[in-house]
Amino acid sequence: MTSTVLSAAGITVGFGETIAVRDVSIDVHADQTVAILGSNGSGKSTLVRAFLGLVPLRTGTISLFGTVVPSRHAPLERVGYVPQRTTAQGGLAASVGEVVEAGLLSRTSRNLPAHGKERARAALDTMGLADRYSFPVGALSGGQQQRVLIARALVRNPDVLIMDEPLAGVDADHQIVVADVVQAAHERGAAVVLVLHEAGPLAPLLQRAIVLDRGCVTHDGAPPAAVGAHAMPGHDHVHPHADQTTEPSDLQRGVL
Amino acid sequence: MIAAVATAMAVGLAGPAVGAYLVQRRISLLGDGIGHVALTGVALGTMAGAALGLANQDALAVPGAMVVALLGAIIVDRMQSKGRVAADVALALMFYGGAAAGVVLFDVSGGDHETFEAALFGSLGDVSTTTAVLTAIGAAIVVALAFGFRRVLFAATHDPEFARASGIPAGALTTSLSVAAAVVITLAMQAVGLVLVGGLMIVPVAIAQLHAGSFASTMRRACLYGGGVAAVGAILTIRWGIESGGLIVVAAVLLYGAVALVTSRVAARRPA
Repeated sequence: MTSTVLSAAGITVGFGETIAVRDVSIDVHADQTVAILGSNGSGKSTLVRAFLGLVPLRTGTISLFGTVVPSRHAPLERVGYVPQRTTAQGGLAASVGEVVEAGLLSRTSRNLPAHGKERARAALDTMGLADRYSFPVGALSGGQQQRVLIARALVRNPDVLIMDEPLAGVDADHQIVVADVVQAAHERGAAVVLVLHEAGPLAPLLQRAIVLDRGCVTHDGAPPAAVGAHAMPGHDHVHPHADQTTEPSDLQRGVL
Repeated sequence: MIAAVATAMAVGLAGPAVGAYLVQRRISLLGDGIGHVALTGVALGTMAGAALGLANQDALAVPGAMVVALLGAIIVDRMQSKGRVAADVALALMFYGGAAAGVVLFDVSGGDHETFEAALFGSLGDVSTTTAVLTAIGAAIVVALAFGFRRVLFAATHDPEFARASGIPAGALTTSLSVAAAVVITLAMQAVGLVLVGGLMIVPVAIAQLHAGSFASTMRRACLYGGGVAAVGAILTIRWGIESGGLIVVAAVLLYGAVALVTSRVAARRPA
């Protein structure tokens, strides 16, 4: 079994009277690709924001590579995060390059590292946006802006990639690019956590699914089977399915 | 004349350097809010000067404005970051509360109305060489910090959640920006006055935004526009003997109109 990179132990998150995440315990291991599924308001985004110390916990602890989050020494620079956004535009014009280069900054790195611009161009190239480096980000379409945000997460070569609804607004062709990114991250040993409404081309890559309902984990194991058109004979997958040799008992325990 | 123009140029350069981040955070009216709170500080400083029996009763007006503006900026920043009130409501509370308290305190203290008017609209003609030097030093520090920490300040203001998820202390950085805004506003009090200082921080940014494609180029151009309109406004103010703040901000707004016209014509001629 590979090492645990992210661990939530009995965490509860609430906002006023509302409990968004209730007593959730999850371990995510290196080279594991996990989907967090659930209906609107089930607590998916709150859970991944808790992983990063962005929301206060009422109970429980989060640890990242063995260090408690939030804390001064949490290795957040090893995480690539794609927040749920409808735009990458702020209040003022910013170039695509500036937005992606912001992904190279951290608590200890407040200026661009050596070859930072080249790394930003390479991340944009991965997302099919190499020629947009100097464009104002607000001039791009919603789907292109989403790909800019993914490039910002990729530019630091993260050991953990957390993406909240990465397919939102992205056209079918570029959803396959996102799937390529997930597969490449998996192949180099990174853990990938995806908040998804619909898995689309990412479905074959998922090794584990955590389903939330009103803040509680109702399923932690093998991804739900495809239904409808996706289950029809002859349905082509662009990517090979995740390794199916894992023991079902392991899937049920969530210890891939 | 030289002291007045140097003071105006210094705040004209420093104002947009901070203002760009305020626009990025979508709180471009923060400067106005802090300016109105600083009025309370002017009144308190004047009252303190009278109570201490100072020969120049207004000697503590600027230090009073600085202290109260800093406190106001930090309180509003905390209110916003704790999520207790929406950003615009926090600014409104600051805006109205600060102005009203300033007027009441000034009336109670029996302060000189000329002092009050100078704080509101600026009085470049009264700038001393010492004031000009201190303003230039303060403005240079603000500009150096705003450009020196540009990348991390951009990250913290463009997407605070992503910045925090990267370990960047976004909360501390945005508080620092509010403090820098309070410093610039106090520095600019004599040049443009507290009512119009927000205009000098934001209008040059709006002009630069018309034709800049990146945050860095917007900042650089905004500072040049700010310094330019402040210098021209200061020269005309002294020549015509009128209030400085109004003329500087009017010059900035006219320049915005001219640049908007030119950029729209250029865009219309560009092949589709």
